[in-house]
Amino acid sequence: MALLDIQDLHIEFSSRRGNVVAIQNVSLTLAKGEILGVVGESGAGKSTIGNAVIGLLEPPGKMTQGQVLLDGQRIDQLPAHALRKVRGRRIGMTFQDPLTSLDPLQTIEQQLVETMQVHLDLNAHQARQRAIELLDSVGIDQPELRLGQYPHQFSGGMRQRVVIALALCCEPEVIIADEPTTALDVSIQAQILDLLRSLCKEKQVGMIIITHDMGVIAEITDRVAVLYRGKLVEEGATRQILGQPQHLYTKSLISAVPRADIKLRRFPMVTYIEDVQAPADTSGADEAAGWLRQRRDFGAKSGQPLVQVEDLSMRFVLRNSFIPSRRITMEAVKHVSFALQEGEVFGLVGESGSGKSTIARLIAGLYSPSQGRVSFDGVNVSMLNDRKTLNAFRRQIQMVFQDPFSSLNPRMRILDIVAEPIRFHGLAATEAEVRRIVAGLLDYVGLGERALLRFPHEFSGGQRQRICIARALATRPRFLICDEPTSALDVSIQAQILNLLKDLQEELGLTMLFISHDLPVIRQMCDRVGVMRHGELLEVAPTETLFAEPEHEYTRHLLSLMPSMDYLSREGLEVVER
Amino acid sequence: MTQNAEQARSATTASPGLLARAYQSDLFYSFIHSPTAIISAIVAIAIIIGAVFAPLIAPHDPFNLATLDLLDANLPPIWNPEGDARFLLGTDDQGRDLLSTIMYGSRISLLVGFASVLFSLIIGVSLGLISGYVGGRTDSIIMRIADVQLSFPAILIALLIDGIARGLLPRDLHDTLALYVLIFAIGISGWVQYARTVRGATMVERNKEYVQAARLIGIRPFTILRRHILPNVMGPVLVIATIHLAIAIITEATLSFLGVGIPPTTPSLGTLIRIGNSYLFSGEWWISIFPGVTLVLLALSVNLLGDWLRDALNPKLR
Repeated sequence: MALLDIQDLHIEFSSRRGNVVAIQNVSLTLAKGEILGVVGESGAGKSTIGNAVIGLLEPPGKMTQGQVLLDGQRIDQLPAHALRKVRGRRIGMTFQDPLTSLDPLQTIEQQLVETMQVHLDLNAHQARQRAIELLDSVGIDQPELRLGQYPHQFSGGMRQRVVIALALCCEPEVIIADEPTTALDVSIQAQILDLLRSLCKEKQVGMIIITHDMGVIAEITDRVAVLYRGKLVEEGATRQILGQPQHLYTKSLISAVPRADIKLRRFPMVTYIEDVQAPADTSGADEAAGWLRQRRDFGAKSGQPLVQVEDLSMRFVLRNSFIPSRRITMEAVKHVSFALQEGEVFGLVGESGSGKSTIARLIAGLYSPSQGRVSFDGVNVSMLNDRKTLNAFRRQIQMVFQDPFSSLNPRMRILDIVAEPIRFHGLAATEAEVRRIVAGLLDYVGLGERALLRFPHEFSGGQRQRICIARALATRPRFLICDEPTSALDVSIQAQILNLLKDLQEELGLTMLFISHDLPVIRQMCDRVGVMRHGELLEVAPTETLFAEPEHEYTRHLLSLMPSMDYLSREGLEVVER
Repeated sequence: MTQNAEQARSATTASPGLLARAYQSDLFYSFIHSPTAIISAIVAIAIIIGAVFAPLIAPHDPFNLATLDLLDANLPPIWNPEGDARFLLGTDDQGRDLLSTIMYGSRISLLVGFASVLFSLIIGVSLGLISGYVGGRTDSIIMRIADVQLSFPAILIALLIDGIARGLLPRDLHDTLALYVLIFAIGISGWVQYARTVRGATMVERNKEYVQAARLIGIRPFTILRRHILPNVMGPVLVIATIHLAIAIITEATLSFLGVGIPPTTPSLGTLIRIGNSYLFSGEWWISIFPGVTLVLLALSVNLLGDWLRDALNPKLR
């Protein structure tokens, strides 16, 4: 008999605009010691299932049909007090964000011991003893000392370990882990996944891992269930589903996953999810492309690099004081030098806090460097101070930001957002021309002209990122900085945006600085790559060389952490031969 | 899920007009489903209409001395056996019809209220925007001034300014300028709230990527503030303004009651209450009760509207 048995689950959310069916006919089983992955894109209903199982479904969500059995007993209709006993005692749960899932005002000891005393009927001493053992088993050094500390004294990865310890403390039979590693860096992700896997096998706990990340699925799960818009489209052994997907959705999802082992020309078959409106007549897009190509290039284009960064350093003042010795500063970028040739895509990769984004902002002129210089086309950018030359320079460098939800002004129409740079720099003579150019640009990035008069909230993340790209292109830049342009997006949308960026780069010969923490994405996009850690640039090499023969130890370490996905289906992929 | 549905909807329908959008908006929905908001709106609008159109709909003109008759002074309301059919709510000590006086009085109260709120709002929002966007020393100076002002009660500041104005202005000018002095005094005592709220919101918006994108284009700070940040910080400001309106009206009434506000020749609600106050114990209760009730109803309804607006705009309470 299955440990956890979800049968024919239906969940509805009622709102003033009618009922929305979030989950339809989902049936899942979980055995002891088994790790089941639930994968799907945002809005597919993954977390809703997790919440429904432990009875944390918040109104207006409602289970309208189906049952949840734990060890053969129904738990979905238990009264609140009985459900509380199941929750925590028999089913543990970890949440996505380790920074907010611990109470900041209580020590780890208080949180662990209290939970155990409630559920396990232990006395304070026994509970404490057990808490130490638990922390030890999730890999925290000096557990006795750490027990008395507050959550803020732990790093993100350590906190996630504590959260796992908290979920484990009552020896639950089932653990539901909702995006357990999404907020963490790759190196910590690998450790946490190892930990989860070994704990699960050792203690024979059944685990459901909810994630959008195929890497996590490939790395740790035994079986996987693929959700699409609230429906279970495919379920089976992980290797089989990833290697020979049957359903069209699974196929397109897997083909959209960036690989580290092969370089693709484009991502195929990504149209299943979001219908990109292929404009019926492409004259608008053609016109925009024509317009985009008439860039006015400043200065001579000799053999010298387009962008040159020399000995760049950036210090942030964390605490200012009149007395110099009391000032606290943080060096985000330390003596970084590199150069970009015209038409090249240069990647910067590194974990969070490594200074990648700071470099992007320094080059874009949003920060001024504490030391060193950035030259664009032979001109020292930080020395520019008169408005006219500065604006001319600004027109040639544009940026696409990470978060599509905050990078568009929510109170402006798309027309005004994209037209702002055109109007500001006086690139079009009349308002009618501005409108025509904007419409063309929107066509060019795959949005119809109908988008013109809408507001940003009417668009999905991927569509917004397209708008951001259109805005960045509106000044006809020569150099585009992409700061984690796809890390907030689902894989299939990511594949579309990456395709779009590739096309742009090819058609317009743009020079690009592409920043990402995701090595496979870097591999798909870049000609050369720089690896960063703690503000230092460790290694710069052509992409193929970097992946084949990494020089620096840290690069090797990063590469070794990537989940191996070589058995993923390669159906329909167009591989670029080396 | 809902997002999907919304996308589908927005993909199929064209952008509706402004009126239709307002009708479909969550704000309107929340208004329709809140009896408190509807009742408050009705009361507030009724008082405002009465005040704005007073010259057209008031039964008498209390400022026209020719129509006044001291023999009509201190008449009780109409339902009292001694009442006079001409005067629905009775008359005051000079024989003015109380209903008309209240309508004209609310005019002044509302004028002072709206004008001083507007004045505070402009000063507070500008200083808040500058403070939040520029940061550093400018921010410290503006916020320290705000802190100093916060340590005085608002009414004390208003009294102080009124006193200074009295001392500086010549006597004959004083009555004509009283209204403006009052607006300035109440306005200047209320800007801190706006500045603090806007400063906080600006600091959040400043770091958002759309502001950085605007900076990248090369747009000047002033334009960024006006075009990008201002529209995005106005939500909470409107809520404060609504609640502040009630406070400003009450402050005006308080000042007038204390005799430092509007002169008795053109009485505001506060002045009327003061006039009535001296007759309260001789039995002529209506002179201060009716203006008082109007004041309470006005302040209460505006306040409740402000509360509703605050909750309706707060996504966490939806």
